[in-house]
Amino acid sequence: MTAEALVFWVLAVVTVGSAAVVVLSRTLIYSAFALLFTFFGVAGLYVLLGADFLAATQLLIYVGGILVLLLFGVMLTHKIYSLDLRSELGSPWDWVAPASVAAGLFVILSATALKTQWAGAQRPPAPTTGDIGRLFLGKFLLPFEAASILLLVALVGAAMIVRRRRDA
Amino acid sequence: MISLSHYLVVSAALFALGVLGLLTRRNAVNVLMSIELILNSANVNLVAFSRFAAGNLGGQVFAVFVIVVAAAEVAVGLAIVLTLYRLRHTPNLDEADILKG
Repeated sequence: MTAEALVFWVLAVVTVGSAAVVVLSRTLIYSAFALLFTFFGVAGLYVLLGADFLAATQLLIYVGGILVLLLFGVMLTHKIYSLDLRSELGSPWDWVAPASVAAGLFVILSATALKTQWAGAQRPPAPTTGDIGRLFLGKFLLPFEAASILLLVALVGAAMIVRRRRDA
Repeated sequence: MISLSHYLVVSAALFALGVLGLLTRRNAVNVLMSIELILNSANVNLVAFSRFAAGNLGGQVFAVFVIVVAAAEVAVGLAIVLTLYRLRHTPNLDEADILKG
């Protein structure tokens, strides 16, 4: 087993295992902390894929931003020590339909991924940041500007939604 | 040798777990976490294709846009969850039925 394969399998186990904890854990705060390991695992996969800029972005935005926001959401909507999600699905029979849908999706997607003969050239690993920047300011300039407007609108909208109305 | 299919299977597992969470969870914050899992699985797919199949950086650029949309989505989503909590004193999505006729 080469070093690359070893690193890949470790990262895959960490990512999928912690994602399973996110979905199956009975305590919301455990789900949030398991999500941290999922994000780290995905960042590791990006590094393995030679996407250095995206790995850094994943750590900065997901771990530093989105996860902190989600933790705020957990703490503002719960009494941390009385968390119990056990009542969500009463009997084990309630799990049959969702679990079979998810398992079916997984089987179909991975069968397709394994059976298809993927064509194409493998990109040699090289620093990507400069090239991504040139693409943003050249070929993808319009989506780039649209994304900035989307972020501004989301910022203003989120602030508007949570603001306490004076007449209420 | 680790090939494209390995990454696609990991991404499929992440996606299936996210769908399972979406279908089973009632807690709004937990549903947002499942959506993040699904978006991450799509990103792994995009970056893997950008490395192995396309031979260019278009996939990575698109993954950055997915991250941007995820950040906007979670900000607005949490704002809605907090407002719902203030109105109903529960983060449970089943009890958010004010609009029901």
